[in-house]
Amino acid sequence: MGRKLDPTNTVKRGPGRKSRKQKGAETELAKFITDEEAAVPKRLSSRGFTDENSQWLKPAKRKREGDEPESDDSDEHWEEEEEEEEQTKQTKKGAKDQGKKSAKLGIKEVEEEEDDDDDEMVDDYGAVDDSSGEEAAAAEEDSDGEELLPIERAAKKEKKKKETMAQESDDDDDDDDEEEDEDGGDKEKKSDADSDEEDTVQANMDEMDAFRLPDAEECEKESIIPLDLKTIYQRIKDNVDVLCNFSTKREVGKERSEYISLLKKDLCTYYSYNNFLIEKLMDLFPLSELVDFLEANEIQRPVTIRTNTLKTRRRDLAQALINRGVNLDPLGKWSKVGLVIYDSSVPVGATPEYLSGQYMLQGASSFLPVMALSPQEGELVLDMSSAPGGKTTYIAQLMRNTGMIVANDANADRLKSVVGNVHRLGVTNTVICNYDGRQFPKVMSGFDRVLLDAPCSGTGVIAKDPAVKTSKDEADIQRSAHLQKELILSAIDSVNAESSSGGYLVYCTCSIMVEENEWVVDYALKKRNVKLVPIGLDFGKEGFTRFKERRFHPTLRLTRRFYPHSHNMDGFFVAKFKKFSNVVPTATAGKDITDAPEATAVTGSPEEKPSKSDKKKKTVPGKAGDLKGKPQANGTAAKKTANIKKKGKRDSPAGPKKAKIAKMDGETVQEAEAKKPAVKTADDTKASKAEKKEGSRFEKKQGKNRKATTKANGRMGKNKFRKLKNMLRKKGGE
Amino acid sequence: MRPLTDEETKTMFEKLSKYIGDNIKLLVDRPDGSYCFRLHNDRVYYMSEKILKLATHISRDKLVSVGTCFGKFTKTIKFRLHITALDFLAPYAKFKVWVKSGAEQSFLYGNHVLKAGLGRITENTMQYQGVVVYSMTDVPLGFGVAAKSTLECRQVDPMSIVVFHQADVGEFIRNEDTLT
Repeated sequence: MGRKLDPTNTVKRGPGRKSRKQKGAETELAKFITDEEAAVPKRLSSRGFTDENSQWLKPAKRKREGDEPESDDSDEHWEEEEEEEEQTKQTKKGAKDQGKKSAKLGIKEVEEEEDDDDDEMVDDYGAVDDSSGEEAAAAEEDSDGEELLPIERAAKKEKKKKETMAQESDDDDDDDDEEEDEDGGDKEKKSDADSDEEDTVQANMDEMDAFRLPDAEECEKESIIPLDLKTIYQRIKDNVDVLCNFSTKREVGKERSEYISLLKKDLCTYYSYNNFLIEKLMDLFPLSELVDFLEANEIQRPVTIRTNTLKTRRRDLAQALINRGVNLDPLGKWSKVGLVIYDSSVPVGATPEYLSGQYMLQGASSFLPVMALSPQEGELVLDMSSAPGGKTTYIAQLMRNTGMIVANDANADRLKSVVGNVHRLGVTNTVICNYDGRQFPKVMSGFDRVLLDAPCSGTGVIAKDPAVKTSKDEADIQRSAHLQKELILSAIDSVNAESSSGGYLVYCTCSIMVEENEWVVDYALKKRNVKLVPIGLDFGKEGFTRFKERRFHPTLRLTRRFYPHSHNMDGFFVAKFKKFSNVVPTATAGKDITDAPEATAVTGSPEEKPSKSDKKKKTVPGKAGDLKGKPQANGTAAKKTANIKKKGKRDSPAGPKKAKIAKMDGETVQEAEAKKPAVKTADDTKASKAEKKEGSRFEKKQGKNRKATTKANGRMGKNKFRKLKNMLRKKGGE
Repeated sequence: MRPLTDEETKTMFEKLSKYIGDNIKLLVDRPDGSYCFRLHNDRVYYMSEKILKLATHISRDKLVSVGTCFGKFTKTIKFRLHITALDFLAPYAKFKVWVKSGAEQSFLYGNHVLKAGLGRITENTMQYQGVVVYSMTDVPLGFGVAAKSTLECRQVDPMSIVVFHQADVGEFIRNEDTLT
C-alpha cells in the first residue's frame, strides 16, 4: 500500500522509481476493484515484459482535454496500453477528442481493443495527420499492429521511452497528481461506457480490415495533390498484406493485377525507382522480400576492410586501428582477413596503416569471388576486369607474392588505381595491362585460374549508387549481358584446362539480374567445354535453375546469389567453372555428342553409343571423365548446326523453339551417322592439332581449326540449312 | 620494355646506394630467383625474370606496369626515386630516422621533419645522407635526405629541419595519378 491515503492531501512526488510505485491508496484500490469487474485476462508476454512492474514502467495516465503536445499523447498511448482496457479507452477517448472525427475515435478504441496484443504504440502523428480517409488510417493502424514483430515492438517502445524521458520528468510530477484524482472518479464511469464500445468494436473492425483500392476520383486527386510518403508507405504495406492473403483479404470485384499495378506505382514513388526496374525486381523477389530489399538499398552497407597479410596480421592491425580510435570487429566466421568498421574518429582511408599498405578498403562481397577462386602459390592467374585492384591484391596475398598475376582492365584511367593499390600493398608479382578483355586470348592464354568480375548494370549496389534506380532500362541490361557473354567466352578461352593445379574460372557480377547472371553462365555452359563446380562458400542463396520462361542447366544450383537484405553485403553473384577440355566445341563436334541424348528420344537408335564413344576419344586431351556438362554443351552446339553462322548476338533459343530444333536434329542425326567416319577423321585431326597446340603455353585461338573441320565436312556454307534439307531429301530418296 | 643501358644503370645504382649502400646486390641476386630492372616509358621496373618472360607477350602500348616501379628518369636523364620503391629500400636501409607520433602526420603531408619531431636517428649519419623515415612503431613512412649529421642534430634548435622530405606514403593518395 502506498503512504498516501488521503486523496486530497497531494504530496509532491519524487523522480525515482519508488515514488512512482507508491501512487496512493486510491490507485491501488482501483486496481483491485477493476480486477474483479474486468474479465480481461492479463496480457503479459505481449507487452515485452512479464513481471508486475507494469505500473511503474509507465507514468500515470492523465486525462486529456483540449490540445496538448502530441509527444505526450504518444507517450500516453504507449504507456496506457499496459493498463486495463477500460482505462485506456477512456483516456484515448479524451486524447482523440482533439479535432478528430468521432468515427475515427471509435476506430481508435476498436483498434485498442483488438490491437492491444499487437500494437502498443499507436502513432498519434499518423492518426492526426492522416487525411486520406478513415479507412486508410484505420487500416494503417490495423496493419501497423499486425505487422510488427515482438522484438520490433519492444524496440519501438524503447525508442519512445527515450524520447519521452525528458518530458516525463517534468510532466510526471504535475500530471500524476491530476491523474490520481481523475482516475478514481473515471473508473466507475468507464465500465458502463465499455459495454457500448465493445459492440461498436466488431462493426468497426470489419470496415477497417478491408484495404480499399483507390477508385478513379481518388487517383485523379492523387495526381494533382500527391500523397505524403507516410501514406504511400502504409498503402504499400497494406497492399502487400492483401496480396499475400489474396483470397481472404481481397476486395470483391478487384483483380489481382489492379493491386499489383497500384503497388508498382507506389513503390516507384516511394523508393524513386523507374518502372522497368521495379518490374524486374518484382519478378525476382516475392513481395514480402521485395520491400525488404528496397529498404536495404536505402541504407549503406557497413564499411569493411581487408587485412593485407603480406605486411601484417589481422590481430596486429586491429590493435593498431583501435589505438587510433576506430571501432571495429572481425567480419565473420567465413573470413580470416576481414574487419568491419562501425565508426571511426579518423578517416579510415587515410591512416598511416592504410598508407603503408596494411589494409585495403573493400566491400565484403568482393571477398567472395577471390575466396571461390582460391589461387594457389606459383600459379598463373588472370584478373580480367581488375580495377580498382582490390581483388587482384587479394589474389596476390593468397599466393604470397609467388607465381604471376596479370591484371587487366579496359579502362586506362581506372588502371591507375590498380597500379597505386598494387604498389601500396607491396604486391610484386603482377603485370598490369590495358586490353579489351574480349581480345585477351590472342595476347596470352594458358592461365591456371581466371577471375572475371564483369562490368554490369550495378543493380546489386544500388545502396552505393542510387542513380541506378532511375537510369537503367532494358537496353542497358541487354548491352551488359551481351558484353558479359563475350567476356566470359574469352575468359574461358584463356584458361588452360590441362593445368595441373587449376583450370578454374570464376565469373562474378555485382548485379542481381538474371539476364546478367544465370543466363550468361548458361550460355557459357552451352558454348564451351566447361562445367560448374561448387564455390566453396557455405552461405548465399542458390542461383536460379529456371526463371520465368527460361530454363537453365540444373547445375546452376551451384552458383550463389547474395542480397543486401539477407546477407548484409552488396548484391552479388558468383559462379565457378572448371574447364575440362581445351577443345573449343564447334558445330561438328557438337553434333555428334548431342545426338546421344536427343536422338535417342527421337530415333531410339542404339547407334548413338558409338557416337558417344567417339566423343570420348576426341576429348582424350581434355578431362574425359565428366560428360555431365558435355551433353548439355553439345546439345546446344548441335542446335548451332541448325542455326549456323548466326554470329554473336543470339543465344541458342530456349523453350518451344528448342523442341522444334531438337526434332530437326533428330533428322540430322541419321545423316550424322552416315557421315560419322568423315567427321571422325576431321575430329582426329582437330584433336591432334589441339594436342600439339597445348604443348606450348601460349595458344592462339583455334579459329583456323574450326574452319578447316567444318570445311572438311563439306557442310559449311551460307545457307547451311537448305543444304541439309536437300541432303536429307536426297537420302530419303536413296 | 628494354633493359637499362650502362649509363642509366650507373645513374640509378648511384641513387639507390645513397639509401642502401652496397646492398644493391641483394636486390639483384635473391634467394628466390634472379630479379632485373627494365625500362618502360621512362620508368624503371623491378621484376623477377619469370614475370619478365610473360610480360614480353604484352604489347608496348598496352603495358602499364610490371612488378614494382622504382622510379623514373627525368627528361634530363636524372633518376628520381619514387615512394613505390620503399618496400625494397626499407629492409636494406643503412641509415634510419624515427619520427615521433605527433610529427608523423606532418611528414605524411609532405613536410620536412623538424628537430621537434625527431624521435631517433642512426648513429654516424652524415649530412645529406639518404635516410629512410620510420614511425615509432617501425612502419616505414618514406625517405629523405638528412639535413644535419647526427652530431649536429643534437645541438640544433627544435624548429630547424633535420630531414628533407623526398617521398612519403601519403603520396599514394596525393599523387595517385603520377604513379603511372
